[in-house]
Amino acid sequence: MELRDTPDEAAFRAELRAWLDANLPEERRGGRGGAQRFDDAFGREWSRMLYDAGYAGLTWPKEFGGAGAPYSFQAIFYEEMARAHAPGHVGVIGLGMAGPTIMAHGSDEQKQAHLSKILSAEEIWCQGFSEPDAGSDLAAARTRAERRGDTYVVNGQKVWSSFAHIADFCILVTQSDPDAPRYRNLTYLIVDMHAPGVEVRPLRQITGEAEFNEIFFNDVEVPVSNRLGEEGEGWQVAMTTLLHERGTLGFALTAALESGVNRLLDVAREKVNGDSGIRERVAAEWIELQALRYTNYRSLGAYQRTGIPGPEGSAIKLRWSEQNQRMTKLGRELLGAEGILDDGWWHHQQLRSRGNTIEAGTSEVLRNIVAERVLGLPKGR
Amino acid sequence: MDFAFTEEQAELKRQARAWLSERYPLDRDWDAPQDDRWSELAELGWLGVSVSEDEGGVGLGFLEEAILLEELGYALYPGPYLATVGFALAALGPADRAAVAAGTTKWSAEVNGLTPWLGSVDKVVDMDGNAQPAQGEELVSVDPSRPLGRLERSNGTPLPGPRDIPRARAAMAAEAVGIAQRVLELGIEHASTRVQFGKPIGVYQAVSHQLANTYADVELARSLAYWAAWCVAEDDEQAPVAAAAAKAFAAEAAVAACERSIQVHGGTGFTWEHPLHRFYKRALWLEGLGSRPAELRLEVADAVLGVSVPV
Repeated sequence: MELRDTPDEAAFRAELRAWLDANLPEERRGGRGGAQRFDDAFGREWSRMLYDAGYAGLTWPKEFGGAGAPYSFQAIFYEEMARAHAPGHVGVIGLGMAGPTIMAHGSDEQKQAHLSKILSAEEIWCQGFSEPDAGSDLAAARTRAERRGDTYVVNGQKVWSSFAHIADFCILVTQSDPDAPRYRNLTYLIVDMHAPGVEVRPLRQITGEAEFNEIFFNDVEVPVSNRLGEEGEGWQVAMTTLLHERGTLGFALTAALESGVNRLLDVAREKVNGDSGIRERVAAEWIELQALRYTNYRSLGAYQRTGIPGPEGSAIKLRWSEQNQRMTKLGRELLGAEGILDDGWWHHQQLRSRGNTIEAGTSEVLRNIVAERVLGLPKGR
Repeated sequence: MDFAFTEEQAELKRQARAWLSERYPLDRDWDAPQDDRWSELAELGWLGVSVSEDEGGVGLGFLEEAILLEELGYALYPGPYLATVGFALAALGPADRAAVAAGTTKWSAEVNGLTPWLGSVDKVVDMDGNAQPAQGEELVSVDPSRPLGRLERSNGTPLPGPRDIPRARAAMAAEAVGIAQRVLELGIEHASTRVQFGKPIGVYQAVSHQLANTYADVELARSLAYWAAWCVAEDDEQAPVAAAAAKAFAAEAAVAACERSIQVHGGTGFTWEHPLHRFYKRALWLEGLGSRPAELRLEVADAVLGVSVPV
């Protein structure tokens, strides 16, 4: 057990910190996230800078243009980005989900066509999994892919798709055989978002901005060569995507939370230094943050050895989402009478946090997953 | 960074689990006097884990002791290992350390005016860091297997080492994690086998989600406890804040884990016959001994916000 950086890790951290100091303009720091991530033209430019400096696809194998670095470097990357209040790479769906899925299931042509462009942010990707009637229950997806010769004709609707309005490609889970049993009825496709029949409608959310979109597919023709995995094996391919989503997601989440907790500490120092009740609650948030941080480290230990995140990682998203809701509410509370003003940060974060227990697996579904897959309790369904 | 046990540490954990579960099964005779098997612990090397080989110990460190403490909590081990190794050892000089490793002296320490196991140890580290003979008033404890007492001081002998509070807190956090893990497992077992309305009750989300909540609590508590143990073992500057955080979080997690497990067990969990109440009482004991969670969080606040300025 070693919680300090190895010499290699320390060197990487120092180099990254210096690079951020030199390259990230002051006025680009401390953004509030949300729709700012993609509505601001600087996003792509910044992503390209990260790529040119070798910080995109740190854990991707070298043969696919990555750095071939251990997962701990990815963790350090998130920590230092959060420390510098830096905006992230706009290609997060491509980097974290589409890319690893293509590496695992894609043809050589697909790898050739997409992987390097994902890294350089030349291609922005979105994810088409959730549907109006298939949220937590992915196997119930109804977006239809009908085989006609060398193409699939796709019809249907996806929802809660971030980046879709700027995306070039979509990883799409479709229903290819309505008569097949559950989990053998799905086919996973790569869809060109500029193809005829694809329509994107922004979905305005609780914060007033539109981070997510609905995507409508109307007789969209997708070449069979754009399929990932075999026909009917979309479920297995989708599980690869979600596994990668959970792999280092915890670090990204915790890094963002750390920025928030640091702001909370600043507000507490300024506004309520003598109130022991508030001091105790602020300390509790700091403690929970450390608990998440070190749970990430433990999960990473398993990931480094086996390629599969440790089971303890399944608790991270659950607790992170609840903490972000509690922490941002406490921030608003500490601002006192000003807490109901739209200050450009706490106001946005607190409202945005209500989505945290819903997106990327509702807390209810995550508890079911923990109960059935981690604790081995009998299945209810 | 590599936040995982080495193969040797993982093996120690497995061995401790096996050794303890054979000797301290849940169906033991709880009303008979409990044998602490102290000389066997000495032979196993558990009493001298962090004592140097020159002094008859094993020459490892606090991380290995924390591993054992977690397993001792898991097994609801009755003896004063926590007090001797967790509370007192750091204060002792070479001869006393050798006697601990050899299993010839049991120690405790005065903690906020209370001395655990006062009636069954040989010596006590008092609040001023002096060695005292173990004598004084014996008190009834919430956990009958963990008696408490009020030390009657005489002229103590100054001890060379520190009253290492972070070490004591990290030790209690490790035990609390073991307790929480065990009652989680008991809850899972019950929810998987108890059938009502034609199904094992674990299929009902009102039941299974309670256990999922405990799982999340236990894993977060474990992360803090191992972090604190590493800081103590490495004499890291974060040891005080890590240990305060770990003790507050793990003790509360253990108490909550027991309460949820009792609820999941239904009427059975409320009986004297079922061992759950014994875990619960030990969790309450750990939560209450020394600084309580709220006080510990205020210490953490001092560390992360700066010391409070009264207004």
